[in-house]
Amino acid sequence: MIKCENIFKSFEGRTVLNDISVTFETGKTNLIIGRSGSGKTVLLKTLVGLHEPDEGEIYFDDTCYTKLSFKQRKAIRKDIGMIFQGGALIDASTVYENVKLPLDLFTEQSEAEKRERVEFCLERVELSHAPHLYPSELSGGMIKRAAIARAIVLNPRYLFCDEPNSGLDPQTSIVIDNLIQSITREYNITTIINTHDMNSVMEIGEKIVYIHTGYKWWEGTKEDILYADNKELNDFVFASAMAKRARGK
Amino acid sequence: MKFLETLGRYCILMGKVFSRPEKWGIYYRRTIAELDQLGVGSMALTAIISVFIGAVITIQMAITLDTPFIPQMMIGYATKETMILEFSSTVIAIILAGKVGSNIASEIGTMRITEQIDALEIMGVNSAAYLILPKIIATMIFFPFLAAFSMIVGMFGGFLVARMGVMLPSDYIDGLLYYFDSYEITYSLVKMTVFAFLITSISGFYGYYAKGNSLEVGRASTTAVVVSSIMIMIFNLLLTQLMR
Repeated sequence: MIKCENIFKSFEGRTVLNDISVTFETGKTNLIIGRSGSGKTVLLKTLVGLHEPDEGEIYFDDTCYTKLSFKQRKAIRKDIGMIFQGGALIDASTVYENVKLPLDLFTEQSEAEKRERVEFCLERVELSHAPHLYPSELSGGMIKRAAIARAIVLNPRYLFCDEPNSGLDPQTSIVIDNLIQSITREYNITTIINTHDMNSVMEIGEKIVYIHTGYKWWEGTKEDILYADNKELNDFVFASAMAKRARGK
Repeated sequence: MKFLETLGRYCILMGKVFSRPEKWGIYYRRTIAELDQLGVGSMALTAIISVFIGAVITIQMAITLDTPFIPQMMIGYATKETMILEFSSTVIAIILAGKVGSNIASEIGTMRITEQIDALEIMGVNSAAYLILPKIIATMIFFPFLAAFSMIVGMFGGFLVARMGVMLPSDYIDGLLYYFDSYEITYSLVKMTVFAFLITSISGFYGYYAKGNSLEVGRASTTAVVVSSIMIMIFNLLLTQLMR
């Protein structure tokens, strides 16, 4: 479980997050949705520790992350996997080396054990045919899958995904969404996905938080979202033809 | 104020760079890779520039010292001194600031804007040390070797033009062998070691704090080369005063 309480964050006098309090549940795909510029990426990066909140506290299970020292945070960071919008694979390393990097840095495993673990993760994301390829040689979907493999290689307890299917075709998006959801259930991890893709919301949104102009505007499930009595949320949700059709049914 | 702020950020970054690595083995492997990329990869450029500059210095000296009052061997001697004292350390360092400095700043800058550095940070890696320290160690080891290599190749360039008829090759060799002070080599190599640190740390700094888009990375790369070159000049003066 990840919980944030009364989070405020501003940049150069401009408030981006305003009093956000929300709990993200374990074993579920938690979605943060909102329009571009609404503050959802800042919220995700604050949760993961890339930005310090100006006020408020963040809890990883029972540990208050914001009160920890840099050294203590490192221990929690080893339990965090993150999938960035562009994949953020190290350009100079192959897929295999990218996935192996966390094992090299944080485990004392032998090379054979590391190879076995990397091969398992690559197989899990259906990339076992491409360990020798460099990021520049991969398609968008393959980059995301390699990023997922790297994110799960240390068996994380928390998984963060920043727009995991941006720039992907609808079919590949569904593959990525389903992969993230099945990994979440399989390993019972707390997954937080940042997206503005309504297909993802309707496919895998077990808990949804809607951010609007830096405020938490609404939270609920994918079943609730279609019937929510909230103008800004409705404007966002029903801009998608798919959501309109879903409500029609 | 801006200068002090930049200097402060540079010092903080260097503090991070020189903090204890997570695992020495990883840093060792990365240093070997950087030795190859930044060091061995610069040998061809160093050789080409040094051979031509050595040849040109010899021709210029032959024209300037064309008088019966100065022995011909002084041309070889002057070429040797120029190569050892200034060219093979300072001028080669300026050239490497362009090649290696821009390479480092653009590589790390691109990693910053494509969130690769964020990814390392989330893994719990000290990204500054992981990315910059192996480059600093590799260049501080290899650049003095490049300076020594440049001295030899530059003197060989002078010998080539001497053979082409600029002067008697035997006089040129006599000049090279005339009065050798090993402290000059030490002075040159020490300077190059300091320049290697300046080039790598300054370029790493501008790359690491790049933000925005590819235009900003280009700007960071240019700034890194300009600042490195100016700092090389300033430290050349300081070290020459200190070590004379």
